[in-house]
Amino acid sequence: MAIKDYLRQRFFPHIWCPGCGHGIVLSSLLHAVEELGLAKNDIVMTSGIGCSARISGYVDFHSLHTLHGRALAFATGVKLAKPALNLLVPMGDGDALAIGGNHFIHAARRNINITAIVMNNRIYGMTGGQFSPLSGCGKRATTAPFLTIDQEFDVVKLAKAAGASFVARSTTYHAKESTLYLKKAIMHKGFSVVEILSQCPTHYGRKNKEGDAPDMLELYKDTTAKLGSKALEKNPDLIPRGIFVEEERGEYCEEYDKLVDKAMGGAR
Amino acid sequence: MKNNIRFVQGNEACVEGALYAGLNFYAGYPITPSTEIAESLSGRLPRAGGKFIQMEDEIASMCAIIGASLTGKKVMTATSGPGFSLKQEAIGYACMAEIPCVIANVQRGGPSTGNPTHVSQGDVNQARWGTHGDHGIIALTASNHQDVFAITVDAFNLAETYRTPVILLLDEAIGHMREKLVIPEEGALPIVDRLRTSVGKGVDYHPYLPREDGRLPMSDFGDVHRYNVTGLFHDMWGFPSNNPRVVNELLHHIVDKIENNVHSITRHKEHFLEDADYVMVSYGSSARSAIHLAKNRRKRGEKIGVLELQSIWPFPTAMIREKCSGAKAVIVVEMNMGQVLAQVKSAVDHPENVFLANRIDGELITPTDIKQLLRVIQGRGV
Ligand code: SF4
Repeated sequence: MAIKDYLRQRFFPHIWCPGCGHGIVLSSLLHAVEELGLAKNDIVMTSGIGCSARISGYVDFHSLHTLHGRALAFATGVKLAKPALNLLVPMGDGDALAIGGNHFIHAARRNINITAIVMNNRIYGMTGGQFSPLSGCGKRATTAPFLTIDQEFDVVKLAKAAGASFVARSTTYHAKESTLYLKKAIMHKGFSVVEILSQCPTHYGRKNKEGDAPDMLELYKDTTAKLGSKALEKNPDLIPRGIFVEEERGEYCEEYDKLVDKAMGGAR
Repeated sequence: MKNNIRFVQGNEACVEGALYAGLNFYAGYPITPSTEIAESLSGRLPRAGGKFIQMEDEIASMCAIIGASLTGKKVMTATSGPGFSLKQEAIGYACMAEIPCVIANVQRGGPSTGNPTHVSQGDVNQARWGTHGDHGIIALTASNHQDVFAITVDAFNLAETYRTPVILLLDEAIGHMREKLVIPEEGALPIVDRLRTSVGKGVDYHPYLPREDGRLPMSDFGDVHRYNVTGLFHDMWGFPSNNPRVVNELLHHIVDKIENNVHSITRHKEHFLEDADYVMVSYGSSARSAIHLAKNRRKRGEKIGVLELQSIWPFPTAMIREKCSGAKAVIVVEMNMGQVLAQVKSAVDHPENVFLANRIDGELITPTDIKQLLRVIQGRGV
């Protein structure tokens, strides 16, 4: 199937600004779905609120555009109710780790078979450029005229500590690499997190003098390095990319099935 | 008729009703005085092939049942005041996206943490207007366990019929009190199943295009129709729209589908009402005291009766006006500061003859409490 066959072209043009990284994430994701040969009827995408969350409207899957931060809670309901479905949950900074932070750590803890894609652009784009829990210190935002003093979350470390059994990071510059990680994440049995650094030239880039989209993409190339690479060894300040966690652990819906067997005393 | 008589708490009667109605997915978070519902279902659902999940919080529980409902399950959550507050955002989502679901609120004293182990009926208005924006809502209530069972079955039926969240407004006294419950035989009470679209594969299915009768057939997530569900105003495809005509029509639809069907949605019971000079309007555990008082006063020849509400929202304004039209006085008996009172006053022709008999201290209102007010109204002194 061609990539465009996974899109609801009726609903285009999309709302994203020119140069926004979210379209690249969408493309990486659709390539992953296509390469895996997943049937569209078997995929449910739930999303929250924000620029990133609008992704669910454009894909020709079952799509559930929910409340800010709650996408994983809705997804948990869908998944447990019908475990055969593949759940894809793209989330922005706020969805994943501010208002939705509790759902994020608990979905990870349960190790429920859902793929969370954190589209990290270090800013709240839709509301016009306020800092997020992924901005980090010393950043300019409309709610930080004197620069931020808030520390950022490290999505990878947080996901790992919370119990996610697959954790990876890439960027929109590394679109093919993102596709590879997304494929592995979707095939992984358990809660998988793929963080993709995604540029918001309109707000983050402009305010923090990172230039427009091509400059920001270049920056992802220059400020990140593959896990285990020489570059990372030489310069540990670079942001590592790669697969950080890939473990087999009891998956929630499967554990539930075992519980049902127990409840029925083996009568099933 | 074998083995179908139980001696249970109201919360368990609610569980029995829900399972009878076809509940097969529950998500919740423990909160007094509703916890027995979750505890009971954590054992019952897995044995019945259903799903039970204890979520990380009240908000997540509400979101999870909405997600599960979209796969075709009959879903429910249960809570009390503070949890009910937290669920309001997602209840609004279920109103907007028109997702069938049932929310039991076993009321305790509020506001805030309030009086967790004591009775109250303070969430009547929150059930109506807890979530923001104009919307229609259904809230049901009951005063005894047989009715808790029946009204719970009704709640699931109405949720499916109108594609809407339905609130079960129970209270601590009903939830924790034990009394007899006879579980009806299978088939004795009607069950409304999910109305699914007859549109086949390859043909456009419009999830938000009402049929002529106003109902919206659904398609389960995972089936052949892939569509969008959103809390934004949306068109017949479920795709976000801020077109003024689309917004206007959708808002009217989600309000009118409830308000235009008040007659088929609302439920009430009449106790000694025919010739009553004094009409007590009550519901939930308060109604038990009102009924008790009416019985006693009738023995003495006093013309007093009870209009027991089994549904509060949409408010049965026309019915209240009619039933109260011949009364010398109307006494609203409830455990709050007059939430149903305000509705009754605005429904009747003579609001000056409507009085409140209430208790708000966490104790169940007694027949004596009501009698004292009645004596004053009747000019018989305090
Ligand atoms: S505001 Fe930023 S994140 Fe939002 S669409 Fe524009 S570039 Fe993308």
